[in-house]
Amino acid sequence: MSENLPELPQPLAEQAAEVVAVRRGMFGGSGSSGDTSGYGRLVRTIEFPGQSPRPYGGYFDEVENELFGALDERDLAPEAAIEKVVVHRGQLTFHVRREHLLEVARTLRDDPALRYELCLGVSGVHLPGDTGRELQILVPLLSITHNRRVHLAVGCPDEDPHIPSLTPVYPATDWHEREAWDMFGIVFDGHPALTRILMPDDWPGHPQRKDYPLGGIPVEFKGAQIPSPDQRRSYR
Amino acid sequence: MTLDVARAVDDDMDGGRDPYAAAGTVGPEEGNETVYTLSGGDWDEIAQELASAEDGEPVEERIVVNMGPQHPSTHGVLRLVVETEGETVTEVRCGIGFLHTGIEKNLEYRNWTQGCTFVTRMDYTTPFYQEVAYCLAVEKLLGVEDQVPERASVIRVLLMELNRIASHMVCIATGGMEMGALSAMIFGFRERELVLDIFEMITGLRMNHAFIRPGGVAQDLPPGAVDKIREFLALMPERMKDIEALCNENPIFKGRTEGVGYLDLTGCMALGITGPVLRATGLPHDLRKSQPYCGYEGYDFDVVTWDTSDCYGRYRIRMDEVRQSLRIVEQCLEKLKPGPVMIEDKKIAWPAQLALGGDGMGNSLDHIRHIMGESMEALIHHFKLVTEGFRVPPGQVYVGIESPKGELGCHAVSDGGTRPYRVHFRDPSFNNLQAVSAMSEGGMIADLIVAVASIDPVMGGVDR
Amino acid sequence: MGIEEKVPSGFLLSTVEGLAGYMRKGSLWPATFGLACCAIEMMATGAGRYDLARFGMEVFRASPRQADLMIVAGRVSQKMAPVLRQIYDQMPNPKWVLSMGVCASSGGMFNNYAIVQGVDHVVPVDIYLPGCPPRPEMLMDAIIKLHEEIQKTPLGVDRVAAARAAEEAALKALPTIEMKGLLRP
Repeated sequence: MSENLPELPQPLAEQAAEVVAVRRGMFGGSGSSGDTSGYGRLVRTIEFPGQSPRPYGGYFDEVENELFGALDERDLAPEAAIEKVVVHRGQLTFHVRREHLLEVARTLRDDPALRYELCLGVSGVHLPGDTGRELQILVPLLSITHNRRVHLAVGCPDEDPHIPSLTPVYPATDWHEREAWDMFGIVFDGHPALTRILMPDDWPGHPQRKDYPLGGIPVEFKGAQIPSPDQRRSYR
Repeated sequence: MTLDVARAVDDDMDGGRDPYAAAGTVGPEEGNETVYTLSGGDWDEIAQELASAEDGEPVEERIVVNMGPQHPSTHGVLRLVVETEGETVTEVRCGIGFLHTGIEKNLEYRNWTQGCTFVTRMDYTTPFYQEVAYCLAVEKLLGVEDQVPERASVIRVLLMELNRIASHMVCIATGGMEMGALSAMIFGFRERELVLDIFEMITGLRMNHAFIRPGGVAQDLPPGAVDKIREFLALMPERMKDIEALCNENPIFKGRTEGVGYLDLTGCMALGITGPVLRATGLPHDLRKSQPYCGYEGYDFDVVTWDTSDCYGRYRIRMDEVRQSLRIVEQCLEKLKPGPVMIEDKKIAWPAQLALGGDGMGNSLDHIRHIMGESMEALIHHFKLVTEGFRVPPGQVYVGIESPKGELGCHAVSDGGTRPYRVHFRDPSFNNLQAVSAMSEGGMIADLIVAVASIDPVMGGVDR
Repeated sequence: MGIEEKVPSGFLLSTVEGLAGYMRKGSLWPATFGLACCAIEMMATGAGRYDLARFGMEVFRASPRQADLMIVAGRVSQKMAPVLRQIYDQMPNPKWVLSMGVCASSGGMFNNYAIVQGVDHVVPVDIYLPGCPPRPEMLMDAIIKLHEEIQKTPLGVDRVAAARAAEEAALKALPTIEMKGLLRP
């Protein structure tokens, strides 16, 4: 297979690591006690792994070739649809641009060499430090015929939290998308009935976002109290 | 307001007279009369409805019934909004979220190791599976999956398979209870008590153990555990025969489960269903075989399938899976070799030396002597692990394992810190409950109950 | 509540109290309110090994109209709280509430937005049972303690006096955070 590697489109190769957050200092918590550790001036940039260099190893190269070929056949330039391909800890993730998500998903489901029949849900993540892609979802797919896994990752900004719904392609994502809406506020365009599923129907806010507090109450003891877990001083 | 429209059909040979009509009223002529039997409601409303349907069309009354969250037969706090026409279910929708605990958000404020205690309580009939999925995800993020000692993997498999037996017993017991077979409930819980005794001996708790930690397991098996498990293995096949004799060929049981809750392979694939529901269609998809983890490739067991895609098939699959689990447990006992149960890397390994002292379970005195007197590194490791926890490099992984209900997936995201940044569980019951509508619309209300029971949803996992 | 309320205080009342209490505790029917993990332990308590039937309690009534004791077993989420209150309101008097497990008693380990931090925010609780989950034996112990309380329930004039005393004690009671001194007073 390795002689048939297509030309690697330039934008993919140049994707750097994704900066997710910049942490200052070693301890969190609201200034309850002074930070005497000496780590107060520490500045750390947290980065997720970026585009992985080819060859990826295992069946990942084959999957990428097949997918890019199939997208080409459907007149969708792969580098327009796929932002980057990350192979991390033995798992293949395609970061897909949201406009082309349905097309990519359909290709993965229908192409005989790919055949990812089973969609295992939609899992949301809120990364407030990743400007432009704060709300992200991860869609794991499983191919029973070929016994392979692949992930799709889609991001959208906070100001415009819309991602096309995968329900026309994989009806299994119905409730998972409702949960992502409920917990993060990601609106899935084209979902048949996007309503709250875990919280009461009239609940304000989206609980799993990082700007939503944990909501705990201080624990009362005789003569003292301990603040709720998100209020306490803690390691970052 | 209920309204029954009875046409005066003379099938009981009483001359076409309405038995509910008062004596002396004019009887129907030539069977053309429509008799209305009413029970409750506002007369004006009913009269209006009847007047608007005077052209001979029967008034169709569809009732929306809320089988609310508190119900003995809905397998936990599940709201089923059922639109019925008589006894037939025309539409059913599930309302979930009554047990939403915010476990995933709580995890973001605890260490990676403390996460095990939270994660265990999601699907409370299969606590070990959540722990294993979480620990596998953490170990994958750390990159230490091949450094987990073999004895730890074997103990994990042992506990998981015993948990599978316990979970299937709960499913059969509660399923039987919902159908009215109360003996099945007593049998199922009796078997489960045997398994819980073993868990209590090994982990200290009957449920919600938090025993499997990233890097291995919390403690080694106590002396006597292997013998207790062997006793259990000898006893269990006989006990299974009790349940099988009660249910397998029972005409009432078969009548209630055969052909009920039908969901074929297309439906399962579309809805992302995994587990016994998928295997009941005939597809032998089992993650333990296709994508093995924890050393499952070294065990000899069969993937149980059935070909009827109905509730009876799922019941038979669960019974056979229990037998397969007993096989695996036996092989686990053979594979147990003396060795460490925690990873060697001391910067990750939870100091797993607990012992029973005069005042209960605590750090063994040997361990205390070691960290206080013998090794400074050990003291520092113990301190840092317990207060700060280990740091996991940034990234995200998704790990899927085969829980008794289907594929349990753990999506873990780390930002390089000591706490999980985001952990999301793809719970099989959450996904499988979407099939309730497809399985029961068009059937009867009693079949709805059986269909839900055959999916075996555990609301703790559904709502997390 | 007819005759037993009108009996004059004294020997006759205490006999009636004893008899009524014995009857009530002897067949205290629980309402099924199993929510989470504690529900499985509650079912195990009703099953073969730890038999609740020997206390007359194995009929878990599905309908709250026929139940005396509501065992709130498991974590009560914000969505479930109104349902809990409605079921409690549907139970006829006399009724008792046993909050089983730490999640029902105080929110447990889930100190967050989704869980009511103790069902006593929603219903009045007669006996709290900690544990995560409490063993079946612990549940039976709590039930037996509740039985003893039920046996001693005052009626008639005694009840009025007991209610007054309870009210005065509640008015004088300090919140936990104000309590000082030894752990066990």
